[in-house]
Amino acid sequence: MALRRDWVYENNGGTCVAIAGSDYCVIAADTRLSVGYSIYTREFSKICNLADKCVLATSGFQGDMKALQKNLAARHLIYQHQHNKQMSCPAMAQLLSNTLYYKRFFPYYTFNILGGLDSDGKGCVFTYDAVGSYERVGYSAQGTGAGLIIPVLDNQLKSPSPLLLPAKDAVTPLSEAEAVDLVKDVFASATERDIYTGDKVEIVVINASGIRQELMELRKD
Amino acid sequence: MFRNQYDTDVTTWSPAGRLFQVEYAMEAVKQGAAAVGLRSTSHVVLATVNKAASDLSSHQRKVFKIDDHIGVAIAGLTADGRVLSRYLRNECINHAFVYESPLPVSRLVVRLADKAQVCTQRSWKRPFGVGLLVAGLDETGAHLYYNCPSGSYFEYQAFAIGSRSQAAKTFLERRFESFNTYSRDELIKDAIFAIKETLQGDKLTSSICTVAIVGQDEAFHMIDQKVIEEIINSMEIKEDAPADQAPLQEEDKGSEEAPMDI
Repeated sequence: MALRRDWVYENNGGTCVAIAGSDYCVIAADTRLSVGYSIYTREFSKICNLADKCVLATSGFQGDMKALQKNLAARHLIYQHQHNKQMSCPAMAQLLSNTLYYKRFFPYYTFNILGGLDSDGKGCVFTYDAVGSYERVGYSAQGTGAGLIIPVLDNQLKSPSPLLLPAKDAVTPLSEAEAVDLVKDVFASATERDIYTGDKVEIVVINASGIRQELMELRKD
Repeated sequence: MFRNQYDTDVTTWSPAGRLFQVEYAMEAVKQGAAAVGLRSTSHVVLATVNKAASDLSSHQRKVFKIDDHIGVAIAGLTADGRVLSRYLRNECINHAFVYESPLPVSRLVVRLADKAQVCTQRSWKRPFGVGLLVAGLDETGAHLYYNCPSGSYFEYQAFAIGSRSQAAKTFLERRFESFNTYSRDELIKDAIFAIKETLQGDKLTSSICTVAIVGQDEAFHMIDQKVIEEIINSMEIKEDAPADQAPLQEEDKGSEEAPMDI
């Protein structure tokens, strides 16, 4: 087998999590940027505020993450000029999916979670693969630590399957403070075993009063 | 202007060295409803008269936000103005995407002027029938430009375009020397005064007037109708203090009036 010399991607590691509540949404991502067994920086934000009710968290190749964020931000500006209002979270979700699929044959190496409030003020989380397949869920995790976090969230949040009828609300009945605590706990756990997750976790909470942000320290090893 | 044998194509020169089609396009600007712009060192204000096609219809939009730091007011064919605004917005977005910084106003007006010039040198096109007052702030300070259909542009301290704009220009000519020292509120007031001049008898109400401002700490935005109402009302109280007094009088008026907490 010949040596492949055209590998243009790099996995910068990191983990993103989001949880949707009845009137809030929590989105969190760690702040470590790595390559191989090295750390590029301990203070890198993987979260982007796309609209006043819509936040994007991305893990994967950060070069593509930056390009994707800029692309979406520019498209959002055009939308605001044309429609005189901000994009809703479900609208942004579809736009993100289309943007990712547009590069189906040279993908953005990004694993995205979009979180925010829908037009009814309820929390929503959309989770994506690298080429734009997406689904609205009650919670999600993406990135190197996702495998350690998803089972815990499944256990704690008991999100009913969308295959069950009658269709049940996917958002969690937890309060905002409880959801933030859960996020802090899962990140602390993922940091223990995933080498790419650590340093700090940036937690963004969207609710009716706006967007607030907090940082929590994590293990630095 | 009268019809002559050199005015059919935009690509035909007259013996006197004029392009009549371009001049006719400038006429379209003169027929549009008035728009004025004023500039100080830290702010630029645009004000327009909103003509409605009839009592049943809504008012034409004549002021467009192009970016946080740039806005335009148009006079003439509003459809052309809308299309050009879309172009200007795209240019700003593309520049910010590549350079992560706002497009300097002078660069934007050059691109707009070049776009207008193309239409004066193609036999299958027609010149844009709209004049634009471009107001913006960048690293080099506050700017007000006028772009005309001919493809030329000029920078101004203050300017007025559209129908009956000469009255506003006369008003501004008397006062422009002190604009650089004006506060934000004084600039807004003078813009509304200038618009009042173009109405020449018609009642000035906040519903027919749109005012927008951009400043160092202020993104481009339209000023709320209520605030414009207050300013117009305070102007009417001082109806006796004539608007054509020398700028020196301005200081007295400023201390007499109630503070404008906009």
